[in-house]
Amino acid sequence: MKDPEAREEPSSGAKIGLPGFKVRKIEEEVYEVFIGPQHPGSGHMRLITRIDGDVIVDIDPDIGYVHRTMEKLAEGREYIKNIPLFERMAIHDACNVTVPYVRAVEKLLGVDPPPRAKYLRSLLCEINRIAAHLYGFGIMGIFIGHSTMYMWSFGDREVFIDLAERLTGARQTHSYPVFGGVKRDMPQGFPEMARKAVRYMRKRLPEYEKIFFENPVVRDRLEGVGVIPRQVAAELGLVGPTARGSSIKYDARLAEGYDAYPELDFEIPVYTEGDSLARTYVKIEEIKQSLNIIEQCVSWLETREREAPMHPKFWEKSPPLWKKVYQETGRIKLLPIFASLKVPPGRAVARGETARGEIIYYVESDGSTKPYRVRIVSPSFRNLPVFKYIVPGHRVMDLPAIYGSIDYFPPEADR
Amino acid sequence: MSKMEEAKIYVGNIDESARKARELLLGKMKLGRLVDWATAFSLWPVHLTTSCCSTEFAATWSPRFDAEQYGALPWVGSRQTNMIIIEGTVTTKMACALRITWEQMPPPKFVIAMGACSLDGGIFYNSYNIVKPWQVVPVDVYLPGCPPRPETVARAIVTLQRKIREKSIAGKWVEEGWRPDMKYVKPKEDVCSWWRG
Amino acid sequence: MSGEQETVDLEGLVSKALEGINYSISREKGYVEVSVPLESLREAALRLKNAGFDHVKSLTIVDYIKKGEFKAMYIVSSYLSEELSGGLIALSTTVKRDKAKLPSLSDVWISLLFQEREVYEMFGIEFEGHPDLRLLLLAPHIAELKPLRKEFIVKEEPIIRKPK
Repeated sequence: MKDPEAREEPSSGAKIGLPGFKVRKIEEEVYEVFIGPQHPGSGHMRLITRIDGDVIVDIDPDIGYVHRTMEKLAEGREYIKNIPLFERMAIHDACNVTVPYVRAVEKLLGVDPPPRAKYLRSLLCEINRIAAHLYGFGIMGIFIGHSTMYMWSFGDREVFIDLAERLTGARQTHSYPVFGGVKRDMPQGFPEMARKAVRYMRKRLPEYEKIFFENPVVRDRLEGVGVIPRQVAAELGLVGPTARGSSIKYDARLAEGYDAYPELDFEIPVYTEGDSLARTYVKIEEIKQSLNIIEQCVSWLETREREAPMHPKFWEKSPPLWKKVYQETGRIKLLPIFASLKVPPGRAVARGETARGEIIYYVESDGSTKPYRVRIVSPSFRNLPVFKYIVPGHRVMDLPAIYGSIDYFPPEADR
Repeated sequence: MSKMEEAKIYVGNIDESARKARELLLGKMKLGRLVDWATAFSLWPVHLTTSCCSTEFAATWSPRFDAEQYGALPWVGSRQTNMIIIEGTVTTKMACALRITWEQMPPPKFVIAMGACSLDGGIFYNSYNIVKPWQVVPVDVYLPGCPPRPETVARAIVTLQRKIREKSIAGKWVEEGWRPDMKYVKPKEDVCSWWRG
Repeated sequence: MSGEQETVDLEGLVSKALEGINYSISREKGYVEVSVPLESLREAALRLKNAGFDHVKSLTIVDYIKKGEFKAMYIVSSYLSEELSGGLIALSTTVKRDKAKLPSLSDVWISLLFQEREVYEMFGIEFEGHPDLRLLLLAPHIAELKPLRKEFIVKEEPIIRKPK
């Protein structure tokens, strides 16, 4: 079945073949099916699947359809310009993706954001996390043919998109954290809006469980499918809800202890089953925890005066008018120094927990205005081995369920 | 269909009704206009997600924005669709898939280039792995933004509908064999030379 | 930086695990770097694996074009042991640019399998013993550029235009 010669065999017919479902016979009983890059779910990748009857025997993930060369482009751009660049990895999870990069550069600069900025970052991170999990549910709904799941979760996601828009001014690409602080403070009326959203989502979550996860059809599609044992998950280095569904209690928010998370009160949901349903339940529980965190952050921010939203190194250089505008409206104007910020030479690693799992940045500076090297390993890229090692042995129709449950997002994986 | 009194309901013998309806449609109005009218309200984008604008593309069909009201609904296969919304950056690898998908679609077919990256590269303008979509397929409507809001996507669909009805590009395609301008589009061998299908 | 918590003495653990191997250790920002010579890379990897570092988070290659060498860093950590999971260890080695070959550690840490393929196409570094060394992200004609090497330069518009 895994004959290496077979892979080299030229395809029948024209040299340039059709995408989508192209089937070619490679052995007596085993067929090769090309799934993607144009396929009914979330596109952007190709799975070269070998099937024996209805059972998948081998998968060769062919990724790179959204490889936009961020690591190389980062070497040619100033530090501040890389924030919006890296954000494009996962624009619906923008704050979580950029915070570790900002933190890595902060480590090199030797600045630590003030507590208010930390809480604001954590607030937006959790809003993003809920929105991204709901996005994942929607895509999973499309995958397993449950349109209601798509409609409900995309409708409810707009609540949190609105919340983020109110806070930052952008639906998805916030570019919110900057070195030493954030770009904007909480506007007036935000705490009430946030609490309303939290109340609404708390009311909705039991309905989600009733409609989706206690639905016999969905349960049959997900339960016992794609089981990853704990040892295997650790060996493959899986991250995020995929690892936590396999009883690995690891969350970069606690392991690294960044931003306001050490001061906040939340739990890490862990399930032991390791199947697709467990991974989905982890996300539901994480949404509940994120709602708690949003409430805590909002209460903390509400009761404190607006002080400096940035590290004194940058904030003290701001003209008095900017500080006055900040006190009145919450708007922050970035200093021109950021455009040509020289970062002391050194190397730093920072990790953070995005909705899909842990992201890790390595930033090396040679003392100039541009990074010497930025290495990003994104959560979806680390979850890629699931396709190669877990999916074989399942039936073809289990593939969408597993794909949906690990929440693979190709632009993030390809960078 | 412009004059309301011409619209009739045929009942009874189905063969007779079909004959009368055909006479009405083909005899009293040009086929091209009918094609334009029909195509404008059934623009079905294919589910080819090229990049991260797909998050807003998905939100466009969500309950809040509901682009289905314009007669557009993302559908699965390229053979059943007549529109591509290029969602953001097109990489070297994706360019070939985009071209093949476009070629598989039955005419008349249209392309909306969504997002700054599909105009001229956007934030990735100097990347070594991107292709400008207008070099791969002929584009009808450009849609700026990074990413464009869902309302903007809906607006682009309406713009394309207006273009179809005012310039009659769908009808010309059927009646006169009109094709979009392929001057800037690279030959398929250049786009797909490396493809292992 | 803030709240960096390490529940375990990583230096002590490394010195115990890598006994008899010639290595140097340095504490960087956010991780502990353990440099070993290329010959003992595999041995060091095996011992770190046995000490509980069960997965690789990142295989980072840095191209020092002036020195004429690549530095390979395997940033490893642990899932199965909760004490170790707070810290990061970067097992690093250097390799000459002109004959860039590394032993494949994908049999030690299976999580390296795709990352080694990515490094192979981005830098042109060959991994000896890798079971499936093919292109992963790039099309063949792009991979020939070896895009992440420093001699491949992408042009960038300056942030401030200088008056002519």
